[in-house]
Amino acid sequence: MTDISTLHYLVLGAALFLLGVIGVLTRRNVVIVLMSIELILNAVNLNLVAFSRYWQSIHGPSALHGQVFAIFVITDAAAEAAVGLGILIAFFRNKETVNVDEVNLLKW
Amino acid sequence: MNPALNPPLSNPPVATPYFFYGLAAIMIIGGILVITRKNAVHSALALITTLLAQAALYLMLYAPFVAGVQIILYAGGIMVLFLFVIMLISIERQEKERPFNKQWLVGMVAAAALGGLFIAVYTTRTRGSVLFPPVGRESYVEGQNTQGIASLLFDLHSGTYMFAFEIASLLLLVAIIGAVVMAKKRI
Repeated sequence: MTDISTLHYLVLGAALFLLGVIGVLTRRNVVIVLMSIELILNAVNLNLVAFSRYWQSIHGPSALHGQVFAIFVITDAAAEAAVGLGILIAFFRNKETVNVDEVNLLKW
Repeated sequence: MNPALNPPLSNPPVATPYFFYGLAAIMIIGGILVITRKNAVHSALALITTLLAQAALYLMLYAPFVAGVQIILYAGGIMVLFLFVIMLISIERQEKERPFNKQWLVGMVAAAALGGLFIAVYTTRTRGSVLFPPVGRESYVEGQNTQGIASLLFDLHSGTYMFAFEIASLLLLVAIIGAVVMAKKRI
């Protein structure tokens, strides 16, 4: 079996990204939509760390920029989850539902 | 590249390609379960499995610090938050409703277009060579990963991302205030 290259990780990241996109576009439950967004962010993180490994093989072991970016993305994911779930709780308190197709206050 | 900076790896990597394929299968199956389960708790558990397998993949990529952050912050922090919210909102009603909305066909078409784009990019060959060549094994020095990340983040002279780090702390403060404002009944 051949060694695992960067492309293997990129293909896996693309598959996870697609699963996340399908989840965001087709699910009704907002909690699962948010979880699909987490899947998308994790796919991007996997790409970043794989590219960091590739970059390290060219520029030496201290070229860790991709991993630093991954940590920033994790920070953003934490902030996004906190605010998103706060909005979700506020919405559930008002309308007693968590389905995206019943969130239509701004539609006309 | 200075060869003195990169001493040859004393012991070969433990992780073989079989590990990658096993972990990738766990991640894909977990992702499919996340977007297909009716019960949100089951989705959350599948997502936790996916995140843990991804942490193992980070270890295979010689990124132990990111792997630790992934386990502590994602699987330990964010997913607990998700489970709290799932418990707060009622899950009995969701069990009986249909889990997918009416635009599922449009969603599948959009995902297929995106997948076609991915395939088109990843099969591109520039001047007869593959776009992403395989990586050698010799670029890892034991015990310098966390130190290297810290010097990129915190060092006053070589810290490229120090300002971005401070901005990230500000972002987290704003997120905390925003979450409290949203979730509180009356301010």
